[in-house]
Amino acid sequence: MKVADFHYERPDSLAKALVLLSRDDADVQALAGGQSLMPMMNFRLAQPDTLVDLNALEELRGIREAANHIEIGAMTRYAMLEASDLVRKHIPLFSIALPHIAHSAIRNRGTIGGSAALADPAAEMPALLIALNATITAVSTSGERKIAAKDFFLGLYETALDEGELIKSISVPKALIENRFGFYELTRRHGDYAMAGVAIAAQHMAPLTGLRIVFFGVSDRPLDVTAIAETLEGQSATDTDIVEAACRAIGNQSLHGDLNADAATKTHLAQVVLRRALRGMNA
Amino acid sequence: MTGPINPFDKPNSYIGRSVERADAKRLTQGRGQYVDDLQLPRMVHAAFVRSPFAHAEILSIDKQVAEKAPGVVAVFAGADLTDHVTPYVGILTHLQGLRSPPQMPLAIDRARWQGEPVAMVVAQSRALAEDACDLIEIDYKPIDAACDVESALAPDAVVIHDEYQNNLAWERVVDAGDVDGAFARADVTVVERTFTFARHTGVTLETRASVVEFNPSDETLIWHYSGQAPHMMQAIVAKHLGMQEENVRIIARDVGGSFGIKIHTYGDEFATAAAAKILGRPVKFVADRNESFSTDIHARDHRVTGRIGVDKDGSIVGLEIDDLTGIGPYSMYPRSSGIECNQILNLTGAPYAIDNYRARGTIVFQNKNMMCQYRAVGHPVAMAVADGLLEGAAHEIGMDVVDIRRKNLLRDDVYPTSSAAGMKFDDLSHQKALEKLVELMDYNGLRRDQKEARENGIYRGIGFVSMVEVTNPSPMFYGVGGASISAQDGASVRLDATGALHVSVSITEQGQGTNTIIAQIAAGIFGVDLDRVKVTTGDTATTPYGGGTWASRGAGIGGEAVLLASNALKEQVLDVAAVILQASPETLDIKDGAIVDLADENERMPLSDLGKIVYYRGNELPSDLAPELIATRHYRVTDFPFVFTNGAMAAHVEVDIETGFVKVLDFWAVEDCGRVINPKLVDEQIRGGVVQGIGGALYEECLYSDDGQLLNASMADYLVPMAAEMPDIQVAHIETPTKTSVLGAKGAGEAGTGGAPAAVMNAVNDALRPMQASIYQMPMTPQRVLKALGTV
Amino acid sequence: MTQTCTITMTVNGEIVSQQVPTRMNLVDFLRNEVGLTGSHVGCEHGVCGACTIEVDGVAVRGCLLLAVQADQASVTTIEGLANNPTGRALQNAFQKHNALQCGFCTPGMLASAVEYVEGGGSPERTAIREHISGNYCRCTGYQSIVDAIADVLENASS
Repeated sequence: MKVADFHYERPDSLAKALVLLSRDDADVQALAGGQSLMPMMNFRLAQPDTLVDLNALEELRGIREAANHIEIGAMTRYAMLEASDLVRKHIPLFSIALPHIAHSAIRNRGTIGGSAALADPAAEMPALLIALNATITAVSTSGERKIAAKDFFLGLYETALDEGELIKSISVPKALIENRFGFYELTRRHGDYAMAGVAIAAQHMAPLTGLRIVFFGVSDRPLDVTAIAETLEGQSATDTDIVEAACRAIGNQSLHGDLNADAATKTHLAQVVLRRALRGMNA
Repeated sequence: MTGPINPFDKPNSYIGRSVERADAKRLTQGRGQYVDDLQLPRMVHAAFVRSPFAHAEILSIDKQVAEKAPGVVAVFAGADLTDHVTPYVGILTHLQGLRSPPQMPLAIDRARWQGEPVAMVVAQSRALAEDACDLIEIDYKPIDAACDVESALAPDAVVIHDEYQNNLAWERVVDAGDVDGAFARADVTVVERTFTFARHTGVTLETRASVVEFNPSDETLIWHYSGQAPHMMQAIVAKHLGMQEENVRIIARDVGGSFGIKIHTYGDEFATAAAAKILGRPVKFVADRNESFSTDIHARDHRVTGRIGVDKDGSIVGLEIDDLTGIGPYSMYPRSSGIECNQILNLTGAPYAIDNYRARGTIVFQNKNMMCQYRAVGHPVAMAVADGLLEGAAHEIGMDVVDIRRKNLLRDDVYPTSSAAGMKFDDLSHQKALEKLVELMDYNGLRRDQKEARENGIYRGIGFVSMVEVTNPSPMFYGVGGASISAQDGASVRLDATGALHVSVSITEQGQGTNTIIAQIAAGIFGVDLDRVKVTTGDTATTPYGGGTWASRGAGIGGEAVLLASNALKEQVLDVAAVILQASPETLDIKDGAIVDLADENERMPLSDLGKIVYYRGNELPSDLAPELIATRHYRVTDFPFVFTNGAMAAHVEVDIETGFVKVLDFWAVEDCGRVINPKLVDEQIRGGVVQGIGGALYEECLYSDDGQLLNASMADYLVPMAAEMPDIQVAHIETPTKTSVLGAKGAGEAGTGGAPAAVMNAVNDALRPMQASIYQMPMTPQRVLKALGTV
Repeated sequence: MTQTCTITMTVNGEIVSQQVPTRMNLVDFLRNEVGLTGSHVGCEHGVCGACTIEVDGVAVRGCLLLAVQADQASVTTIEGLANNPTGRALQNAFQKHNALQCGFCTPGMLASAVEYVEGGGSPERTAIREHISGNYCRCTGYQSIVDAIADVLENASS
């Protein structure tokens, strides 16, 4: 199919983009990397009246180091994250996870802000951001505000962004030397969306403390299971009884099935990825 | 015949050599010519409105707004085409009792599957045509749909066609020997399994594409077609558009994959042709991917219950199967949708010596997209059922799965012979193929590894299949049933004034390397360099009449026609040369583009000299000599309905019992396709086929909701095999040339797809055996494997 | 009424300037307006990889980029691949190994392969398979494609 007609704007400043996006008399849609929006438009599942292309906004691109965090512009592409020394050094979980996200040609265009704003529950990035305790800076003509990643993803393709609001940047705390990270996903084919996946951040490994465990591909949003984190808090990740107790805690969550796996299978696979991610952290 | 008796062993023969494809050079440089590449003056574009319901009455269609939309040239509903296209019926008379009502390109009054074309817009661009599609108002009244195959024949099922009492399309029973008697014997172990095979589709990377141009001044129509059977299309287009056949020209240039998908009558394509004729200007229609998933023919979707009986020694005493399948609301035209079920009845157990065989096939109509013949028609089902049962029986009686095959496979010295289902076999090598396979894969070594791995909690499995493949079909496939589908092929071979050969042949190229092997045969048989041969395929105006490329027939039938024509031309050329050289034709030969003495290969005259004399200086020839530097020959298979190939394949898999994921570690295929013309191309056909078969075993499935909505009509959701998960595949050959032709080539294109699912399924079950778990449902998805294990 | 926009880009070293509907994607523009039909449209949702082309030095899906977004960009399609030594080497290796059948995926497959080879990809088969896992081939079963790419990498390193 071909895209339904739309009005195209490519503002050269964030201020102009925000004015365009603040219009409430028409369906205005921001275009970031386009790796999800363009397929939906090509299938005519999305038919915005106006498309505001953010790709000329250099001010939204880039990876900057601050004292305690890394500030990533919303229009920073996955490939730039992959290539970044700052990311490698300070956000090791990104470096583990990025090669699993789609395919090279998609990562060359797809942006971190676009992924966050789309809030696809099967995607890796929302889960990574919650696990890393990232903060999302949203901006609109009324100004900026900061939203913790854990409060940002509200449901299937649903975020805390208001109408006319854009993601400006995402700030990710720098990993400390004692922090440990885990990531595991089950995809039927390399680069596919996961049947189940998990991202884990721990302040300490032995014993486990300050855990954030976030699943993706198993619900209508990234699933931050505090019950698991609590079960594991202060324990050893090599203690199989404890790990099994943590796995049982997933069973109390209500997971969502999809075309290829029902809720029971999702629950089982979530347990498997948790076990394997923890095992990976032990290694 | 002149020259040596066996032309294939000549040192300058190209047959048996892995020469590179000339087409590969073009295609790697972006110089392919696919249908969508074509832009013609005044060309307009078609887009379709399709039924969103699986079953609905069409109460009204309001085209008015759409007709006035920007760029719109015309809007057609079903009723607008009734004066331009005659209805078509997809039955074959030899599938006795198969029934199907007449079809039209666009639904009229009632839509019977989600995706059925209901209205067409023709506009200046595809985008504008789609814009206008959104403006057509169609009032539907949804009706309960009969989607589920199992309940389609229930007394309370919705009947899809008012003219019939129920949704039965066809039934067939084969009953040979005494199955009940054999199963009742005290020393016989009977194993029963129920197998489920999901709906698949072909997923050609180039979707269906047509550009049709009509010239009203001379009533000629040219259809630029992405497909496999130009002359078949010519016949049916002429018939249903009310034209003289000679005024219809079908041109198929590069085809971006076909696999049996692009060989049928699709409503959207016939509507496109009708629109071109009505409008008197070229119309292009290229299915988008969504249309491709929801309207390209689907295949498989079989439920088979099978029983096998073996005695204490492992000899098969009887086999019984019951196949139920749904084909959508109509039988596809012109090949019908009865062939897959028919093949399953014909082929299940065919590699084995079985006297007692009973098979029942039931085909029902349903409100889903139509089913028809996709690569390896029926084979994956037949092979998985027979070999799944056989491996089950082997374990039941404690016998090795290779040994039970050694015991039951047709012996290599029994040919010609016939199967219980009546298939005639000759020149097969099941036993040799199995032994070669066992050696190639190091079977004993793998078994040792398997045992060791199990001790470490790693579950690997080894699975086999022994198979036959229907190739080189005779007229008994379609022609006998009344279809305008040729089983013979023709080739013309012409020598030009410079000594080059021009071959035109009725088989087609979809990437298999048809053009290359045709050039190899012509060059080798006639005696010129390969780069002096130009091959033309895929054009009804410039090739002899013939069937095209399907049912693995190109090399075996088209290749033989080229061989015969090349030999004939050689004789004609030598007759002329003999006159010019004042020699006897029996003493001459053609080698490397020159006339040579047969005895010592001394050059007497280059072919370019002979060409120049004949074409330019005919005055130098005796006036009673009438040189013919072109020869045409046709070939069809006689004596046998099909020329079967055989093969033995094995899969080595690892099942992650925690996740249900299956990884194919290794795959081996030993194939006997008779004489191998180009080993590299044959191996590639087999590998590609194996991967499609692995797709069927592990990934591919058209998922429908209960009310007939296709749920995964995108490439992100319908999974086909990708590079990262596929193994390297080892291929080996046994060459038992068929005696039905001089060339001796049988087909090879479908073997992998036909055999791999059985081998993978058996391997998965072998891996699961320590857990007493088994799975007979394809694709074997992680969830299904976990369910088989009782995990979820 | 369809909005249009005038764009200028360098395609295979040649400057192209044209008015296009803003809704037209880059691969349709290259095929239908510039006449470079070597890039193929296989799915229009960014999955099959047949439309993969190089824009400003990186491989992207031509169906997920509007033509207007490539304004001022430098684009290399399959037709321009031979100007680059890696591109030419891969084309030759694809021919030698028969790393294609129908050829429809080949332009995109080559674009991904060029990116891999030029990015210092390893000749290890698993790594090659992972890199091309975003490009569908329905004919070959992939093995010959892996052979061809590995061949180029091994020759480059030897």
